[in-house]
Amino acid sequence: MMNYHPFVIPFTVGALFLFGVVFYKFYAWIAALDRKQKFMVKQNIFSFKTIRAIGEIFREALVHRNIYRKNPVLGYMHMSLAFGWFLLIVVGKIKASLYAGTFFEPPWLGIFFNFFAVDGHAFSHSEMLTFTMDFLLLIILSGLALAIIKRVKSSLLGMRKTTKHSRFDRIALSSLWFIFPLRLMAESTTASLHGNGGFLTNSVGHLIPSTIAPYAELPLWWAYSISLFVFFVALPYSRYMHIPTEVVLIFLRNWGADTGEQLSGYTDIQLNSCSRCGICIDACQLNFAAGISNVQSVYFVRDARYKTLSDEVVNNCLMCGRCSNECPVGLELTLVRQQFRNKQEIPGKFYYEYTEPVESKAGVDVIYYAGCMTHLTPSIIISMKKIFEAAGVNYWFMDEDKGVCCGRPLRQQGFIQQSKNLVIKNSRIINSARAKLLVTSCPICYKSFREEYNLNLPVMHHTEYIEGLLADGRITLNASNVTVVYHDPCELGRGANIYEQPRNILRNFSLIESNYEKENSLCCGGSLSDAILDLRLQLKIRDHALGELTKDKPDVLVTACPLCKKSFVHGNKARVMDIAEIVAGNLKVIASKKRPVRKEELQLV
Amino acid sequence: MKDLGFSISQSRTIDLDKSDLSAYRRVVEKVPSAKLCLMCGACTATCTARNHTDFNFRKVHLLFRRGQFEGLAEELDKCMLCGKCRLVCNRGVNTRAIIYNMRIILENLNYKSIK
Ligand code: SF4
Ligand code: SF4
Ligand code: SF4
Ligand code: SF4
Ligand code: SF4
Repeated sequence: MMNYHPFVIPFTVGALFLFGVVFYKFYAWIAALDRKQKFMVKQNIFSFKTIRAIGEIFREALVHRNIYRKNPVLGYMHMSLAFGWFLLIVVGKIKASLYAGTFFEPPWLGIFFNFFAVDGHAFSHSEMLTFTMDFLLLIILSGLALAIIKRVKSSLLGMRKTTKHSRFDRIALSSLWFIFPLRLMAESTTASLHGNGGFLTNSVGHLIPSTIAPYAELPLWWAYSISLFVFFVALPYSRYMHIPTEVVLIFLRNWGADTGEQLSGYTDIQLNSCSRCGICIDACQLNFAAGISNVQSVYFVRDARYKTLSDEVVNNCLMCGRCSNECPVGLELTLVRQQFRNKQEIPGKFYYEYTEPVESKAGVDVIYYAGCMTHLTPSIIISMKKIFEAAGVNYWFMDEDKGVCCGRPLRQQGFIQQSKNLVIKNSRIINSARAKLLVTSCPICYKSFREEYNLNLPVMHHTEYIEGLLADGRITLNASNVTVVYHDPCELGRGANIYEQPRNILRNFSLIESNYEKENSLCCGGSLSDAILDLRLQLKIRDHALGELTKDKPDVLVTACPLCKKSFVHGNKARVMDIAEIVAGNLKVIASKKRPVRKEELQLV
Repeated sequence: MKDLGFSISQSRTIDLDKSDLSAYRRVVEKVPSAKLCLMCGACTATCTARNHTDFNFRKVHLLFRRGQFEGLAEELDKCMLCGKCRLVCNRGVNTRAIIYNMRIILENLNYKSIK
């Protein structure tokens, strides 16, 4: 048979196996999507979102633009391997089709083209295609060289840490290292015998002694085919499964799939989309400030995927979101980790029946909910009262005496059902007041109200609220030249996207920037989400963060979270104030009293 | 028996040799700071749950330590895990983590984690 040789068998068998396993996995995951996710898919599959997803697949799965932005060398490495190989397959296919004169030539012809195409018969664009193929091979080999350097010495690529490997990873990785050098050698040997290569393979071919070439040719093609076989068979069980899976992930994400509360097929898809690039390791304070290096998202994802998760890996995490923010694949790492914390619900069981019902106060405009933590920083409460009074707000301090927790701390530890019980209790009180706005001082409560509650009024964190009061001229501040640095609390910044409001307020002072602004802000270490972290290490994280934030010796370190304030105050490095305190301390005039909340303020939400 | 107007209360002896102390060892393994607690009660004074009902971290901690598990699971369910106590404790005891772990140990059935 023409264009056939037994050495194509390993490649063909491996490729068939790969397609079988990958499609079986895709099918199983999609079948295991939850109801809401399936609904979103059905809603959006025939919409513009699909086209957008295809664009994103090109940018991220092939060109790896996100990695490129974070680290150009690493980005080049990923791009050359992924995009280079993809093009090699596509161009190889075109070339083979043109050569065979049919679109339905055997699938291996493109892969082993140079071995078969030795008769020198002409076909269109052959020179250009041969050049392209050699060029692509060169690009891939350069990426491979970087990959090998990264393995040996990751710091050369600007990374502090690189990931450890599982058995399948090692098999897949070793075969991947061999594939392209073997291809180069096989093509070059054939080129030296038949003179059919391009600029690269031909020149390498000249280096091969003509006495060896005839004996080396077939073994090299066999080895090339076998290395492909090994890679294909190991792929679905190795980190490289991320290559096909990321495509599915991007589609689902664009169609609006939500990670959700419970494990689902979408969880598996996210777990399998991690390329183990290790970027999240460098982002994690547990790593660079506390020296813990076995719980970061990459390890969590790996262990979850191989079902070897330990209690420690699930729970030793601040849930600060720094890793999700950096992850080039855009995995919702904290939400997925949360899924593994969530406990099963027990139908019909109710908790916290002991709480005494709080009568809500009727006829107020604003409900103020300080939050449990804020009660430990009474200065924030005093400041908020002062601000409310200065602005003449008709408010009711809901948890002044007998507050109930918002429920988020329970949720963070996976006690979903208990958390929901508290949500019901608080919702009843809040909704029955029929007020116009709910203001809270704690970012944790704020996030909880926004995401878990079904309220009949908008919610604001006090940063948003104060910004609105200032913008409306209901309160004014004395000019001040106090230098301040602002620390974005995790739950308010990365958690709720509130970045500009506090900065707008602080423009009334002399605001200086730290190296950790906005999305890149550090966690104070006091996160409730980590119930494992040793106090000593927690303080290390705090001191590192505090050191970074006070580098330029600001007069005041301002934050907007009672927990952050509490953490930093004990660090004794700088004066620490909540944003409400610094505002209350600089109030100028008492503006018009008892004005109802204006509509524009409500629209801020 | 003659009514003397008072009764003899039940023996309150706790025989530590007979109690199951292994559970507490597991907690200490997970939260070493448990050993630092000096039962001062500051945590209880600030407790959100305590504000509504008779719940006492110091008490549940002590009961668990001595292996007196009767009714303890329900008692632990009263805690809202709000974490105030942890911030108040000046011995640096991770009270919240202790409660979390006591819950998991006592109610393996109720709080089945997903495997
Ligand atoms: S989780 Fe994201 S950042 Fe971390 S290794 Fe995986 S892909 Fe990279
Ligand atoms: S959420 Fe924060 S603490 Fe947890 S793994 Fe990510 S970076 Fe580290
Ligand atoms: S206290 Fe620290 S850990 Fe908690 S939300 Fe605020 S910034 Fe994040
Ligand atoms: S945990 Fe801390 S605050 Fe509570 S009783 Fe023990 S030492 Fe006191
Ligand atoms: S975490 Fe539990 S014990 Fe501690 S203060 Fe909150 S409700 Fe009380």
